[in-house]
Amino acid sequence: MDKNNAIQASRMREGIYKFFRENLGIIIAFVVLYVFLAVYPPTTNAFMTSRNMFNVLRQISTNLYLACGMTMVIILGGIDLSVGSTIALSGCVAAAGVARYSLPIPVAIVLGIFVAILIGVFNGTVISKTTIPPFIVTLATMNIARGFAYVYTGGSPVRVVSEEWQFIGAGYIGPFPTPVVILVFILIATALLMNNTKFGRHMYAVGGNPQAANFSGISVAKIKFFVYAYTGLLAGLAGVVLASRMYSGQPTAGNGAEMDAIAAVVVGGTSMSGGSGKIGGTIIGALIIGFLNNGLNLMNVNSFWQYVVKGTVILLAVFIDFLRNRTK
Amino acid sequence: MNNNVLLKMKNIHKQFPGVYALKDVDFELERGEVHALLGENGAGKSTLIKVLGGIYTANEGEIIIEGESVLIPSVQAAQQNGIAIIHQELVLVPYMSVAENIYLGREPMKGFLVNKTKMNSDALKLLVDYNLDFQPTTLIKDLSIAQKQMVEIIKAISFNSKILVMDEPTSSISEKDVDFLFSIMRTLLTKDVGIIYISHKMSELNDICDRVTVLRDGEYVGTKVVKETTKEELINMMVGRQLSKYYTRNYLEPGKTIFSCKNLCDNNMVKDVSFDVKEREIVGFAGLVGAGRSETVKCIFGLTKTYTGDIVFLGKNKHYIGAIEALKDGISLVPEDRKREGLYEIQSVEYNTTIEVLGEFIKGIRLNKNIEGQITQKYMDLMDTKTPSLTQRIGNLSGGNQQKVLIGRWLATKPKLLILDEPTRGVDVGAKAEIYSIMNELVKEGLSIIMISSELPEIINMSDRVYVFAHGYVKGCLNHTELTQKNIMHLAAE
Repeated sequence: MDKNNAIQASRMREGIYKFFRENLGIIIAFVVLYVFLAVYPPTTNAFMTSRNMFNVLRQISTNLYLACGMTMVIILGGIDLSVGSTIALSGCVAAAGVARYSLPIPVAIVLGIFVAILIGVFNGTVISKTTIPPFIVTLATMNIARGFAYVYTGGSPVRVVSEEWQFIGAGYIGPFPTPVVILVFILIATALLMNNTKFGRHMYAVGGNPQAANFSGISVAKIKFFVYAYTGLLAGLAGVVLASRMYSGQPTAGNGAEMDAIAAVVVGGTSMSGGSGKIGGTIIGALIIGFLNNGLNLMNVNSFWQYVVKGTVILLAVFIDFLRNRTK
Repeated sequence: MNNNVLLKMKNIHKQFPGVYALKDVDFELERGEVHALLGENGAGKSTLIKVLGGIYTANEGEIIIEGESVLIPSVQAAQQNGIAIIHQELVLVPYMSVAENIYLGREPMKGFLVNKTKMNSDALKLLVDYNLDFQPTTLIKDLSIAQKQMVEIIKAISFNSKILVMDEPTSSISEKDVDFLFSIMRTLLTKDVGIIYISHKMSELNDICDRVTVLRDGEYVGTKVVKETTKEELINMMVGRQLSKYYTRNYLEPGKTIFSCKNLCDNNMVKDVSFDVKEREIVGFAGLVGAGRSETVKCIFGLTKTYTGDIVFLGKNKHYIGAIEALKDGISLVPEDRKREGLYEIQSVEYNTTIEVLGEFIKGIRLNKNIEGQITQKYMDLMDTKTPSLTQRIGNLSGGNQQKVLIGRWLATKPKLLILDEPTRGVDVGAKAEIYSIMNELVKEGLSIIMISSELPEIINMSDRVYVFAHGYVKGCLNHTELTQKNIMHLAAE
């Protein structure tokens, strides 16, 4: 038994080394960015406070909810463009549940998330039963969900006046912001799902070689369906958390959120061609983008320029990846 | 006579790393002649054609066209020398019209614009010349396969090609279309074109070919006039090679029947196929590529949903839809196309070995890496697979070791019936011998094996019984005492 434990421990060490080796580029990039913001005089005071740290974590948490789903979707060789609009629709439905129908808050939240799951289920059904590309399917549902959010709200925010409503998005559990606590749960669940279950193994198989997966007796359709449904669920969570933080369900919420999620996944080293990718990489990717935004804000960089910087960083990250793979 | 010679390929040698694909091959084509190129899979037919078409450059040898020695370093050079190749997979643009495809890249111009009127009328003239009844403006995607082939031929003619190579043009068209194709070929012959014709169907030789050249293992065997030879003679020429000594096989008394199927049909690929497999038996499926062997085992394994017929496995009626059910019952299939249907290339050896048996070390979210390693190691040892480590990417292993990992993967499911589809394709000689000896051992231990193979020596030396397939049908069953290359080819080449 001792021997087995030793083997297990050495395998774990091997796994950790492997993770560092494979993600060396982005880990260095993240450390450099972090150290720079910590010592650079204009940012150092504001940056190194626990307030600011939690603030950044709170900001990136909803992006990471989406990115968890997006990592799995991209490992399958697909894409989900509808998550941003799903945020809006689920947030509006939940907020309206409280504001218009006086539903208890937990019920309204479940209702909002339920709508998001429906969108995911729809995506999953169409993508697994037909050969229509996921890009097209989710482009359509992106527009449909956004449209419903506008129709349902008449285009204006649904305000919620309630202390409890803010708990999920702006509140704290002990010293930790609620969305960050939720994030930790989602990360653990997703990491276990991807690395420790049959489902996870099958997912990599379907993304790496769908035809071989067929020969392996893997139900390609079932895997696809579940991944898109799960992504819908995560987008729903992001939606209610955001609606809570903004005191309202806003039909414009989550505009472009799908792109930030994709950016985190891609910076995190997941290949767009499917079959490979790790949740750890996605976390670092999201952290880089989050702290970059934070640093630029602290430096008072014009928000228009922030887009340029963000785009450049994405390109650089992927370029470094390209260089490393080429030499292999 | 010599004046009539259009093309002469002399002493052609072509080597690839590790493979001597063409050894001192000669070939000659006359004006107005259809010259068949015959040989088994891997005999060197397509390599020779690729040398002629400028896709490969020969290491040695000379190509003479109309008395002049030429170099063909590129596809363009081949075109300029009047050589046109009509490949098995047609290379037309589906969403462009017939005329646009014929004149692709050399459209008649009027200023900066394509002169569509001229292009269409030129194309129409060609279509009328060859009695084709579709319009120049028809989109390629709306044509039948046979019609597309006609467009390819016309396109070749419009280049003023003198040498036309047709690679199995009749493999996917109906009999009526074949007649029409032959009539067009005859029209071409009157215009002094020479046609090199590659086909697996020996029955066509008499219909259309004048002479036939046989290749075997990359070597020139001989050239015959079709009218003066027989099918027997040609088969002898194709298969008369020395058999290697690396087969291990102890024939055992087979047990009771464990698998049988009757009247299996699927689309147009599997027609009324019946066979059975006994305990401790290796059953070979012989036949040419496209004879319906792989399609048959895909039905058994539940990979197509449209098949009909009766399958009995271990005394129970079965109708599998989905590989998972077949796997559960104890049928495993190692697929034909390792890269496309088998490997997860960017994943580790370990991942690739255990993907079918995850349940043995994953319970819910509890993953036992030790057991995973043990299972992998067990099948590495059994198959004698060489890999630097279990976490090595499988894509980095040699073809032989990849194949061993795959066989190990499906053995890990502890099957009662193992189906191997071309188990030694792209595998070096040493690994081949090892795979044969492992098969022998497995059968001793009670496993039954179906082996599909296009390599006749392999079929002959490993099988207890052989079913010979052709055009989707089972043409016959031979016992291992009756197994000769001639007997098999007779059935396969009908």
